[in-house]
Amino acid sequence: MVDLSVQLAGVQLKNPVIPASGTFGYGREMAEWYDLNLLGSIACKGTTALPRPGNPQPRIAETPGGMLNAVGLQNPGTDAVIAQELPRLARLFHGPVIANVGGFSPEEYAENCRRLGECENVGILEVNISCPNVHGGGRNFGCDARSAAEVTRAVRAATRKPVFVKLTPNVSDIAEIARACADAGADGLCLINTLLGMRIDLRTRRPLLANRTGGLSGPAVFPVALRMVWDVYEAVKLPIIGCGGVSSAADVCEMMMAGASAVEIGAANLKDPLACPAVLRELPGVCEALGAERIADLTGAAHR
Amino acid sequence: MDKTLFTLEASRRLTADVWELALSGNTEAITRPGQFVNLELPGKFLRRPVSVANWTEDGLLLLVRAVGEGSRLLTQAPAGTRFDTLSGLGNGFDLSDAGPAPVLVGGGIGLAPLYGLARRLIGAGTVPAVVLGFRSAADAFYLEEFAALGCRLSLSTEDGSLGVRGFVTDCLLRSAPDCSRVFACGPTPMLRALAALPCTDGGQFSLEARMGCGFGVCMGCTVPTADGPRRVCADGPVFRKEALVW
Repeated sequence: MVDLSVQLAGVQLKNPVIPASGTFGYGREMAEWYDLNLLGSIACKGTTALPRPGNPQPRIAETPGGMLNAVGLQNPGTDAVIAQELPRLARLFHGPVIANVGGFSPEEYAENCRRLGECENVGILEVNISCPNVHGGGRNFGCDARSAAEVTRAVRAATRKPVFVKLTPNVSDIAEIARACADAGADGLCLINTLLGMRIDLRTRRPLLANRTGGLSGPAVFPVALRMVWDVYEAVKLPIIGCGGVSSAADVCEMMMAGASAVEIGAANLKDPLACPAVLRELPGVCEALGAERIADLTGAAHR
Repeated sequence: MDKTLFTLEASRRLTADVWELALSGNTEAITRPGQFVNLELPGKFLRRPVSVANWTEDGLLLLVRAVGEGSRLLTQAPAGTRFDTLSGLGNGFDLSDAGPAPVLVGGGIGLAPLYGLARRLIGAGTVPAVVLGFRSAADAFYLEEFAALGCRLSLSTEDGSLGVRGFVTDCLLRSAPDCSRVFACGPTPMLRALAALPCTDGGQFSLEARMGCGFGVCMGCTVPTADGPRRVCADGPVFRKEALVW
Protein backbone atom coordinates (compact mmCIF):
# COMPACT_ATOMS: atom_id res chain seq x y z
CA MET A 1 0.00 0.00 0.00
CA VAL A 2 1.65 3.21 -1.19
CA ASP A 3 1.44 6.20 1.15
CA LEU A 4 0.28 9.08 -1.05
CA SER A 5 0.13 11.70 1.68
CA VAL A 6 2.25 14.83 1.41
CA GLN A 7 2.88 17.95 3.48
CA LEU A 8 2.90 21.55 2.29
CA ALA A 9 4.33 23.89 4.93
CA GLY A 10 2.70 21.91 7.72
CA VAL A 11 -0.59 21.35 5.89
CA GLN A 12 -1.27 17.64 5.52
CA LEU A 13 -2.80 16.50 2.19
CA LYS A 14 -3.93 12.94 1.64
CA ASN A 15 -2.34 12.96 -1.80
CA PRO A 16 -0.36 15.41 -3.97
CA VAL A 17 -3.03 15.92 -6.66
CA ILE A 18 -4.55 19.40 -6.72
CA PRO A 19 -6.64 20.88 -9.54
CA ALA A 20 -5.01 24.17 -10.57
CA SER A 21 -6.61 27.54 -10.10
CA GLY A 22 -8.77 28.63 -13.02
CA THR A 23 -9.51 25.11 -14.22
CA PHE A 24 -11.93 24.10 -11.49
CA GLY A 25 -14.00 27.19 -10.63
CA TYR A 26 -14.91 26.87 -6.94
CA GLY A 27 -15.58 23.15 -7.27
CA ARG A 28 -19.34 23.26 -7.76
CA GLU A 29 -19.44 22.11 -11.40
CA MET A 30 -16.80 19.42 -10.93
CA ALA A 31 -18.75 17.96 -8.00
CA GLU A 32 -21.34 16.90 -10.60
CA TRP A 33 -18.64 14.71 -12.20
CA TYR A 34 -17.07 13.06 -9.15
CA ASP A 35 -16.61 13.10 -5.36
CA LEU A 36 -14.14 15.93 -4.77
CA ASN A 37 -12.91 14.23 -1.60
CA LEU A 38 -10.68 12.08 -3.80
CA LEU A 39 -8.40 15.10 -4.22
CA GLY A 40 -5.46 16.23 -2.12
CA SER A 41 -6.68 19.81 -2.23
CA ILE A 42 -8.36 22.25 -4.62
CA ALA A 43 -6.86 25.54 -5.84
CA CYS A 44 -9.84 27.88 -6.27
CA LYS A 45 -10.35 30.36 -9.07
CA GLY A 46 -8.18 33.47 -8.59
CA THR A 47 -10.12 35.94 -6.46
CA THR A 48 -9.76 39.72 -6.40
CA ALA A 49 -11.24 42.24 -3.96
CA LEU A 50 -13.90 43.38 -6.43
CA PRO A 51 -15.87 41.25 -8.92
CA ARG A 52 -14.27 41.14 -12.36
CA PRO A 53 -16.20 40.38 -15.57
CA GLY A 54 -13.01 39.25 -17.36
CA ASN A 55 -11.87 39.92 -20.92
CA PRO A 56 -13.96 40.19 -24.11
CA GLN A 57 -14.49 37.19 -26.41
CA PRO A 58 -12.75 35.22 -27.76
CA ARG A 59 -10.74 34.13 -24.75
CA ILE A 60 -9.65 30.64 -25.84
CA ALA A 61 -7.48 29.32 -28.67
CA GLU A 62 -6.16 25.88 -29.57
CA THR A 63 -2.39 25.33 -29.82
CA PRO A 64 -0.31 22.25 -30.60
CA GLY A 65 -0.34 20.22 -27.40
CA GLY A 66 -2.26 22.78 -25.43
CA MET A 67 -4.28 25.95 -25.38
CA LEU A 68 -4.18 29.68 -24.85
CA ASN A 69 -6.52 31.42 -22.46
CA ALA A 70 -7.13 35.08 -21.82
CA VAL A 71 -9.94 34.86 -19.29
CA GLY A 72 -8.65 37.88 -17.37
CA LEU A 73 -9.31 36.88 -13.76
CA GLN A 74 -13.09 36.75 -14.07
CA ASN A 75 -14.34 36.15 -10.54
CA PRO A 76 -17.22 37.23 -8.26
CA GLY A 77 -14.96 39.11 -5.80
CA THR A 78 -13.81 38.37 -2.26
CA ASP A 79 -17.16 39.14 -0.57
CA ALA A 80 -19.11 36.64 -2.70
CA VAL A 81 -16.37 34.03 -2.45
CA ILE A 82 -16.34 34.25 1.35
CA ALA A 83 -20.13 34.39 1.67
CA GLN A 84 -21.09 31.77 -0.91
CA GLU A 85 -18.37 29.89 -2.75
CA LEU A 86 -16.12 28.79 0.12
CA PRO A 87 -18.98 27.62 2.41
CA ARG A 88 -20.49 25.71 -0.52
CA LEU A 89 -17.09 24.16 -1.29
CA ALA A 90 -16.69 23.17 2.37
CA ARG A 91 -19.77 20.97 1.99
CA LEU A 92 -18.37 19.32 -1.17
CA PHE A 93 -14.72 18.95 -0.11
CA HIS A 94 -13.72 18.31 3.48
CA GLY A 95 -9.96 18.90 3.23
CA PRO A 96 -8.01 22.15 3.26
CA VAL A 97 -8.44 24.24 0.11
CA ILE A 98 -6.01 26.61 -1.56
CA ALA A 99 -7.34 30.14 -2.04
CA ASN A 100 -5.72 31.72 -5.08
CA VAL A 101 -5.54 35.47 -4.52
CA GLY A 102 -5.20 38.19 -7.13
CA GLY A 103 -4.58 41.87 -6.62
CA PHE A 104 -3.45 45.18 -8.02
CA SER A 105 -1.35 46.47 -5.12
CA PRO A 106 0.53 44.92 -2.19
CA GLU A 107 -2.17 46.34 0.10
CA GLU A 108 -4.96 44.66 -1.88
CA TYR A 109 -3.14 41.31 -1.86
CA ALA A 110 -2.60 41.63 1.89
CA GLU A 111 -6.21 42.52 2.65
CA ASN A 112 -7.58 39.72 0.41
CA CYS A 113 -5.25 37.21 2.02
CA ARG A 114 -6.20 38.39 5.50
CA ARG A 115 -9.91 37.95 4.75
CA LEU A 116 -9.64 34.67 2.83
CA GLY A 117 -7.18 33.34 5.41
CA GLU A 118 -9.86 33.72 8.07
CA CYS A 119 -12.07 31.19 6.27
CA GLU A 120 -11.90 27.88 8.07
CA ASN A 121 -11.54 25.65 5.03
CA VAL A 122 -8.72 27.71 3.49
CA GLY A 123 -5.53 25.82 4.32
CA ILE A 124 -3.11 27.70 2.08
CA LEU A 125 -3.06 31.09 0.38
CA GLU A 126 -1.71 31.03 -3.14
CA VAL A 127 -0.65 34.53 -4.11
CA ASN A 128 -1.05 34.97 -7.84
CA ILE A 129 1.64 37.43 -8.92
CA SER A 130 1.69 35.85 -12.34
CA CYS A 131 -1.60 36.31 -14.23
CA PRO A 132 -0.57 37.11 -17.82
CA ASN A 133 -3.97 38.35 -18.91
CA VAL A 134 -4.63 41.39 -16.77
CA HIS A 135 -2.84 44.57 -17.66
CA GLY A 136 -1.35 46.34 -14.68
CA GLY A 137 -2.24 43.30 -12.60
CA GLY A 138 -0.49 40.28 -11.16
CA ARG A 139 2.30 39.67 -13.62
CA ASN A 140 3.93 43.04 -13.04
CA PHE A 141 4.64 41.98 -9.48
CA GLY A 142 5.90 38.56 -10.52
CA CYS A 143 8.36 39.82 -13.13
CA ASP A 144 10.44 41.88 -10.72
CA ALA A 145 12.21 40.45 -7.67
CA ARG A 146 11.71 43.57 -5.57
CA SER A 147 7.95 43.83 -6.22
CA ALA A 148 7.53 40.08 -5.71
CA ALA A 149 9.22 40.44 -2.33
CA GLU A 150 7.11 43.46 -1.47
CA VAL A 151 3.85 41.58 -2.10
CA THR A 152 5.14 38.53 -0.25
CA ARG A 153 6.10 40.60 2.81
CA ALA A 154 2.76 42.41 2.87
CA VAL A 155 0.81 39.15 2.63
CA ARG A 156 2.99 37.31 5.13
CA ALA A 157 2.27 39.99 7.71
CA ALA A 158 -1.49 39.83 7.09
CA THR A 159 -2.35 36.17 7.75
CA ARG A 160 -1.41 33.20 9.90
CA LYS A 161 -2.07 30.70 7.12
CA PRO A 162 0.83 29.42 4.96
CA VAL A 163 1.57 31.68 2.00
CA PHE A 164 2.57 30.13 -1.32
CA VAL A 165 3.57 32.57 -4.06
CA LYS A 166 2.58 31.52 -7.58
CA LEU A 167 5.34 32.46 -10.00
CA THR A 168 5.28 33.42 -13.65
CA PRO A 169 7.56 31.66 -16.13
CA ASN A 170 7.73 34.84 -18.21
CA VAL A 171 10.99 36.00 -16.62
CA SER A 172 14.64 35.52 -17.48
CA ASP A 173 15.59 33.95 -14.13
CA ILE A 174 12.78 32.38 -12.11
CA ALA A 175 15.21 31.31 -9.38
CA GLU A 176 15.99 34.96 -8.63
CA ILE A 177 12.27 35.71 -8.09
CA ALA A 178 11.93 32.54 -6.01
CA ARG A 179 14.83 33.61 -3.74
CA ALA A 180 13.30 37.08 -3.32
CA CYS A 181 9.98 35.53 -2.23
CA ALA A 182 11.74 33.12 0.11
CA ASP A 183 13.74 35.95 1.72
CA ALA A 184 10.51 37.94 2.14
CA GLY A 185 8.92 35.14 4.16
CA ALA A 186 7.03 32.93 1.70
CA ASP A 187 6.18 29.50 3.14
CA GLY A 188 6.21 27.89 -0.29
CA LEU A 189 6.07 28.49 -4.02
CA CYS A 190 3.79 27.36 -6.81
CA LEU A 191 5.09 27.26 -10.37
CA ILE A 192 4.49 27.81 -13.18
CA ASN A 193 1.61 30.01 -14.24
CA THR A 194 0.98 30.09 -18.01
CA LEU A 195 3.50 31.12 -20.65
CA LEU A 196 2.63 34.24 -22.60
CA GLY A 197 1.70 33.41 -26.17
CA MET A 198 -0.54 34.35 -29.10
CA ARG A 199 -2.18 33.15 -32.32
CA ILE A 200 -3.22 35.06 -35.41
CA ASP A 201 -6.35 34.28 -37.43
CA LEU A 202 -5.08 33.88 -41.00
CA ARG A 203 -8.36 35.00 -42.54
CA THR A 204 -8.86 38.17 -40.53
CA ARG A 205 -5.10 38.84 -40.13
CA ARG A 206 -5.85 39.78 -36.55
CA PRO A 207 -4.82 38.21 -33.24
CA LEU A 208 -7.22 35.38 -32.50
CA LEU A 209 -7.73 36.39 -28.88
CA ALA A 210 -9.51 39.67 -28.16
CA ASN A 211 -6.86 40.31 -25.52
CA ARG A 212 -4.21 39.78 -28.28
CA THR A 213 -2.10 37.56 -26.03
CA GLY A 214 -2.98 34.72 -23.70
CA GLY A 215 -1.44 32.16 -21.37
CA LEU A 216 -0.20 28.88 -22.83
CA SER A 217 -0.94 25.71 -20.86
CA GLY A 218 -1.31 22.00 -21.50
CA PRO A 219 1.14 19.14 -22.13
CA ALA A 220 3.28 21.38 -24.37
CA VAL A 221 4.52 23.37 -21.37
CA PHE A 222 5.33 20.38 -19.13
CA PRO A 223 9.09 20.26 -19.85
CA VAL A 224 9.37 24.02 -19.31
CA ALA A 225 7.56 23.79 -15.98
CA LEU A 226 9.66 20.79 -14.96
CA ARG A 227 12.92 22.63 -15.70
CA MET A 228 11.78 25.65 -13.69
CA VAL A 229 10.74 23.49 -10.72
CA TRP A 230 14.20 21.91 -10.93
CA ASP A 231 15.91 25.34 -10.93
CA VAL A 232 13.81 26.67 -8.04
CA TYR A 233 14.34 23.51 -5.96
CA GLU A 234 18.09 24.09 -6.31
CA ALA A 235 17.72 27.75 -5.36
CA VAL A 236 15.45 27.74 -2.29
CA LYS A 237 14.56 25.44 0.61
CA LEU A 238 10.79 25.89 0.35
CA PRO A 239 8.09 23.38 -0.54
CA ILE A 240 7.09 23.69 -4.19
CA ILE A 241 3.75 22.98 -5.85
CA GLY A 242 4.68 21.94 -9.40
CA CYS A 243 2.25 23.05 -12.07
CA GLY A 244 2.27 23.09 -15.86
CA GLY A 245 1.09 20.47 -18.32
CA VAL A 246 0.75 17.65 -15.78
CA SER A 247 -1.62 15.11 -17.34
CA SER A 248 -0.77 11.66 -15.97
CA ALA A 249 0.43 9.83 -12.88
CA ALA A 250 3.86 9.54 -14.50
CA ASP A 251 3.93 13.33 -14.94
CA VAL A 252 3.08 13.73 -11.23
CA CYS A 253 6.04 11.54 -10.24
CA GLU A 254 8.37 13.28 -12.69
CA MET A 255 7.37 16.70 -11.36
CA MET A 256 7.96 15.51 -7.81
CA MET A 257 11.37 14.12 -8.71
CA ALA A 258 12.24 17.57 -10.09
CA GLY A 259 11.48 19.03 -6.68
CA ALA A 260 7.72 19.42 -6.21
CA SER A 261 6.09 18.38 -2.93
CA ALA A 262 2.65 18.42 -4.57
CA VAL A 263 1.34 18.93 -8.07
CA GLU A 264 -1.39 21.02 -9.65
CA ILE A 265 -3.25 19.72 -12.67
CA GLY A 266 -4.68 22.44 -14.87
CA ALA A 267 -5.56 22.27 -18.56
CA ALA A 268 -6.06 18.49 -18.37
CA ASN A 269 -9.23 19.16 -16.32
CA LEU A 270 -10.70 21.17 -19.18
CA LYS A 271 -10.17 18.45 -21.75
CA ASP A 272 -11.39 15.75 -19.40
CA PRO A 273 -13.39 16.52 -16.26
CA LEU A 274 -12.34 13.09 -14.96
CA ALA A 275 -8.59 13.76 -15.45
CA CYS A 276 -7.76 14.01 -11.72
CA PRO A 277 -9.60 10.81 -10.73
CA ALA A 278 -7.81 9.02 -13.61
CA VAL A 279 -4.42 10.25 -12.37
CA LEU A 280 -5.27 9.20 -8.83
CA ARG A 281 -6.30 5.74 -10.00
CA GLU A 282 -2.94 5.23 -11.71
CA LEU A 283 -0.76 6.87 -9.08
CA PRO A 284 -0.32 3.99 -6.57
CA GLY A 285 0.64 1.59 -9.36
CA VAL A 286 3.15 4.02 -10.85
CA CYS A 287 4.71 4.62 -7.41
CA GLU A 288 4.91 0.89 -6.77
CA ALA A 289 6.65 0.35 -10.09
CA LEU A 290 9.16 3.04 -9.04
CA GLY A 291 9.72 1.32 -5.72
CA ALA A 292 8.37 4.29 -3.78
CA GLU A 293 6.47 3.28 -0.64
CA ARG A 294 5.88 6.92 0.24
CA ILE A 295 5.24 9.27 -2.65
CA ALA A 296 6.75 12.10 -0.57
CA ASP A 297 10.13 10.35 -0.94
CA LEU A 298 10.07 11.21 -4.65
CA THR A 299 10.35 14.95 -3.96
CA GLY A 300 13.71 16.11 -5.27
CA ALA A 301 14.79 12.54 -6.04
CA ALA A 302 16.35 13.64 -9.32
CA HIS A 303 18.74 15.98 -7.47
CA ARG A 304 20.29 13.30 -5.31
CA MET B 1 -23.79 15.48 -18.32
CA ASP B 2 -21.74 12.39 -18.86
CA LYS B 3 -18.61 11.15 -20.60
CA THR B 4 -19.29 8.49 -23.15
CA LEU B 5 -18.19 7.06 -26.49
CA PHE B 6 -20.06 7.76 -29.71
CA THR B 7 -19.40 5.82 -32.91
CA LEU B 8 -19.75 7.48 -36.30
CA GLU B 9 -22.18 5.38 -38.32
CA ALA B 10 -22.50 7.49 -41.45
CA SER B 11 -21.79 10.95 -42.77
CA ARG B 12 -23.57 12.67 -45.61
CA ARG B 13 -22.45 15.82 -47.41
CA LEU B 14 -25.29 18.35 -47.61
CA THR B 15 -23.59 21.36 -49.22
CA ALA B 16 -20.05 22.40 -50.16
CA ASP B 17 -19.13 22.71 -46.49
CA VAL B 18 -21.92 21.18 -44.39
CA TRP B 19 -22.11 17.52 -43.34
CA GLU B 20 -24.67 15.48 -41.47
CA LEU B 21 -23.12 12.97 -39.07
CA ALA B 22 -25.10 10.07 -37.64
CA LEU B 23 -23.56 8.56 -34.54
CA SER B 24 -24.54 5.79 -32.17
CA GLY B 25 -24.06 5.70 -28.42
CA ASN B 26 -25.69 6.43 -25.12
CA THR B 27 -27.71 9.65 -25.34
CA GLU B 28 -29.14 9.43 -21.82
CA ALA B 29 -27.55 12.72 -20.76
CA ILE B 30 -29.31 14.70 -23.50
CA THR B 31 -32.60 16.01 -22.15
CA ARG B 32 -33.46 19.09 -24.22
CA PRO B 33 -33.02 20.34 -27.79
CA GLY B 34 -30.40 23.09 -27.92
CA GLN B 35 -27.92 21.17 -25.78
CA PHE B 36 -24.52 20.24 -27.20
CA VAL B 37 -21.85 17.56 -27.11
CA ASN B 38 -18.10 18.15 -26.82
CA LEU B 39 -16.07 15.78 -28.97
CA GLU B 40 -12.43 14.82 -28.54
CA LEU B 41 -10.58 14.77 -31.86
CA PRO B 42 -7.31 13.01 -32.63
CA GLY B 43 -4.34 15.39 -32.41
CA LYS B 44 -6.37 18.24 -30.92
CA PHE B 45 -6.02 19.34 -27.33
CA LEU B 46 -9.38 21.03 -26.92
CA ARG B 47 -12.63 19.25 -27.59
CA ARG B 48 -15.00 20.63 -30.20
CA PRO B 49 -18.49 21.63 -29.08
CA VAL B 50 -21.23 20.66 -31.55
CA SER B 51 -24.94 21.38 -31.19
CA VAL B 52 -27.23 18.34 -31.07
CA ALA B 53 -29.47 18.38 -34.17
CA ASN B 54 -31.50 15.41 -33.00
CA TRP B 55 -31.25 12.36 -30.81
CA THR B 56 -32.95 9.05 -30.14
CA GLU B 57 -32.32 6.58 -27.33
CA ASP B 58 -29.12 5.36 -28.98
CA GLY B 59 -28.59 7.72 -31.91
CA LEU B 60 -27.15 11.20 -32.23
CA LEU B 61 -27.46 13.46 -35.24
CA LEU B 62 -25.02 16.34 -35.75
CA LEU B 63 -24.77 18.96 -38.47
CA VAL B 64 -21.25 20.28 -38.91
CA ARG B 65 -19.90 23.07 -41.09
CA ALA B 66 -16.22 22.61 -41.96
CA VAL B 67 -14.67 25.96 -41.12
CA GLY B 68 -11.45 25.12 -39.28
CA GLU B 69 -9.12 22.20 -38.67
CA GLY B 70 -11.30 20.66 -35.98
CA SER B 71 -14.57 20.72 -37.89
CA ARG B 72 -12.74 19.48 -41.00
CA LEU B 73 -11.37 16.51 -39.06
CA LEU B 74 -14.88 15.76 -37.86
CA THR B 75 -16.44 15.84 -41.32
CA GLN B 76 -13.67 13.70 -42.81
CA ALA B 77 -13.72 11.00 -40.13
CA PRO B 78 -14.51 7.57 -41.58
CA ALA B 79 -17.49 5.53 -40.43
CA GLY B 80 -16.60 3.50 -37.36
CA THR B 81 -14.56 6.33 -35.79
CA ARG B 82 -15.15 6.46 -32.04
CA PHE B 83 -15.32 9.83 -30.34
CA ASP B 84 -14.72 10.33 -26.64
CA THR B 85 -17.63 12.67 -25.89
CA LEU B 86 -18.93 14.86 -23.12
CA SER B 87 -22.67 14.62 -23.66
CA GLY B 88 -25.75 16.56 -22.57
CA LEU B 89 -23.98 19.90 -22.04
CA GLY B 90 -25.71 23.26 -21.78
CA ASN B 91 -29.23 24.26 -20.82
CA GLY B 92 -31.12 23.81 -24.10
CA PHE B 93 -34.41 25.40 -25.12
CA ASP B 94 -37.33 25.69 -22.72
CA LEU B 95 -40.27 24.14 -24.57
CA SER B 96 -42.77 24.90 -21.85
CA ASP B 97 -42.86 28.51 -22.97
CA ALA B 98 -43.49 28.09 -26.71
CA GLY B 99 -47.11 29.27 -26.81
CA PRO B 100 -49.55 28.28 -29.57
CA ALA B 101 -47.49 29.57 -32.53
CA PRO B 102 -43.73 29.22 -32.02
CA VAL B 103 -41.43 30.38 -34.81
CA LEU B 104 -37.98 28.84 -35.18
CA VAL B 105 -35.42 31.11 -36.84
CA GLY B 106 -32.13 29.68 -38.06
CA GLY B 107 -29.20 31.11 -39.96
CA GLY B 108 -26.98 28.64 -41.85
CA ILE B 109 -25.51 25.95 -39.61
CA GLY B 110 -27.44 27.56 -36.75
CA LEU B 111 -30.51 25.63 -37.87
CA ALA B 112 -29.07 22.46 -36.31
CA PRO B 113 -30.63 22.62 -32.83
CA LEU B 114 -33.91 23.90 -34.31
CA TYR B 115 -34.45 20.57 -36.07
CA GLY B 116 -34.54 18.64 -32.78
CA LEU B 117 -36.60 21.44 -31.27
CA ALA B 118 -39.16 21.24 -34.10
CA ARG B 119 -39.49 17.48 -33.64
CA ARG B 120 -40.08 17.83 -29.92
CA LEU B 121 -42.54 20.71 -30.27
CA ILE B 122 -44.49 18.59 -32.73
CA GLY B 123 -44.30 15.66 -30.31
CA ALA B 124 -45.86 17.96 -27.73
CA GLY B 125 -48.66 18.90 -30.14
CA THR B 126 -47.47 22.20 -31.64
CA VAL B 127 -46.25 22.52 -35.22
CA PRO B 128 -43.81 25.45 -35.37
CA ALA B 129 -43.25 27.77 -38.31
CA VAL B 130 -39.64 27.68 -39.48
CA VAL B 131 -37.71 30.58 -40.98
CA LEU B 132 -34.30 29.75 -42.42
CA GLY B 133 -31.69 32.03 -43.95
CA PHE B 134 -28.69 31.10 -46.08
CA ARG B 135 -26.10 32.93 -48.16
CA SER B 136 -27.43 31.40 -51.39
CA ALA B 137 -29.48 28.48 -52.73
CA ALA B 138 -26.29 26.43 -52.96
CA ASP B 139 -25.76 26.81 -49.21
CA ALA B 140 -29.28 25.73 -48.26
CA PHE B 141 -29.80 22.38 -46.53
CA TYR B 142 -32.32 20.47 -44.43
CA LEU B 143 -35.29 22.02 -46.24
CA GLU B 144 -36.82 18.59 -46.99
CA GLU B 145 -36.20 17.44 -43.44
CA PHE B 146 -38.12 20.39 -41.99
CA ALA B 147 -40.82 20.11 -44.66
CA ALA B 148 -41.23 16.40 -43.87
CA LEU B 149 -42.13 17.35 -40.30
CA GLY B 150 -45.01 19.41 -41.65
CA CYS B 151 -43.51 22.76 -40.66
CA ARG B 152 -44.46 25.88 -42.60
CA LEU B 153 -41.13 26.94 -44.10
CA SER B 154 -40.06 30.48 -45.06
CA LEU B 155 -36.69 31.00 -46.69
CA SER B 156 -34.35 33.88 -47.34
CA THR B 157 -31.02 34.09 -49.13
CA GLU B 158 -28.64 37.00 -49.25
CA ASP B 159 -28.43 36.84 -53.06
CA GLY B 160 -32.10 36.07 -53.62
CA SER B 161 -31.36 32.74 -55.32
CA LEU B 162 -33.91 31.06 -53.03
CA GLY B 163 -36.88 32.49 -51.16
CA VAL B 164 -36.92 36.12 -50.13
CA ARG B 165 -33.88 38.18 -51.05
CA GLY B 166 -32.39 39.45 -47.81
CA PHE B 167 -32.28 38.12 -44.28
CA VAL B 168 -34.41 36.03 -41.94
CA THR B 169 -35.65 39.26 -40.39
CA ASP B 170 -37.34 40.12 -43.71
CA CYS B 171 -39.18 36.78 -43.60
CA LEU B 172 -40.03 37.09 -39.96
CA LEU B 173 -41.63 40.51 -40.39
CA ARG B 174 -44.20 38.82 -42.63
CA SER B 175 -44.96 35.86 -40.34
CA ALA B 176 -44.66 37.85 -37.12
CA PRO B 177 -48.36 38.58 -36.53
CA ASP B 178 -49.05 34.97 -35.54
CA CYS B 179 -45.82 34.46 -33.64
CA SER B 180 -46.07 33.59 -29.95
CA ARG B 181 -42.42 32.81 -29.26
CA VAL B 182 -39.23 32.96 -31.32
CA PHE B 183 -36.47 30.36 -30.90
CA ALA B 184 -33.33 31.46 -32.73
CA CYS B 185 -29.86 30.21 -33.52
CA GLY B 186 -27.41 31.63 -36.03
CA PRO B 187 -24.57 34.07 -36.55
CA THR B 188 -24.32 36.99 -34.13
CA PRO B 189 -25.31 39.70 -36.67
CA MET B 190 -28.49 37.71 -37.39
CA LEU B 191 -29.31 37.35 -33.71
CA ARG B 192 -28.65 41.03 -33.13
CA ALA B 193 -30.96 42.04 -35.99
CA LEU B 194 -33.62 39.65 -34.71
CA ALA B 195 -33.35 41.05 -31.21
CA ALA B 196 -34.25 44.48 -32.58
CA LEU B 197 -37.71 43.22 -33.66
CA PRO B 198 -40.48 43.61 -31.05
CA CYS B 199 -42.03 40.28 -32.13
CA THR B 200 -39.00 38.48 -30.69
CA ASP B 201 -39.62 39.75 -27.15
CA GLY B 202 -39.36 36.86 -24.70
CA GLY B 203 -37.64 34.80 -27.39
CA GLN B 204 -34.93 32.24 -26.71
CA PHE B 205 -31.62 32.85 -28.47
CA SER B 206 -28.87 30.25 -28.70
CA LEU B 207 -25.31 31.63 -28.76
CA GLU B 208 -22.06 30.25 -30.08
CA ALA B 209 -18.65 30.74 -28.45
CA ARG B 210 -15.12 29.40 -28.45
CA MET B 211 -14.99 27.15 -25.42
CA GLY B 212 -12.30 25.75 -23.21
CA CYS B 213 -14.03 23.07 -21.18
CA GLY B 214 -17.71 23.16 -22.21
CA PHE B 215 -18.95 22.36 -18.68
CA GLY B 216 -18.55 25.61 -16.78
CA VAL B 217 -15.19 25.64 -15.03
CA CYS B 218 -12.78 27.67 -17.19
CA MET B 219 -14.80 30.85 -17.84
CA GLY B 220 -13.47 30.78 -21.41
CA CYS B 221 -16.84 31.40 -23.06
CA THR B 222 -18.28 34.02 -20.70
CA VAL B 223 -20.35 36.82 -22.25
CA PRO B 224 -21.76 39.92 -20.61
CA THR B 225 -25.52 39.73 -19.97
CA ALA B 226 -28.08 41.90 -18.25
CA ASP B 227 -27.74 39.53 -15.27
CA GLY B 228 -23.93 39.82 -15.19
CA PRO B 229 -21.25 37.65 -16.80
CA ARG B 230 -22.67 34.31 -17.92
CA ARG B 231 -21.01 31.20 -19.37
CA VAL B 232 -22.34 30.22 -22.80
CA CYS B 233 -21.52 26.55 -22.06
CA ALA B 234 -23.13 26.13 -18.64
CA ASP B 235 -25.57 29.05 -18.19
CA GLY B 236 -26.46 28.89 -21.92
CA PRO B 237 -26.12 28.37 -24.79
CA VAL B 238 -29.78 29.45 -24.77
CA PHE B 239 -30.56 32.85 -23.26
CA ARG B 240 -33.72 34.95 -23.08
CA LYS B 241 -33.47 37.83 -25.53
CA GLU B 242 -33.88 40.29 -22.66
CA ALA B 243 -30.72 38.97 -20.98
CA LEU B 244 -28.50 39.55 -23.98
CA VAL B 245 -26.30 42.60 -24.28
CA TRP B 246 -25.23 43.36 -27.86
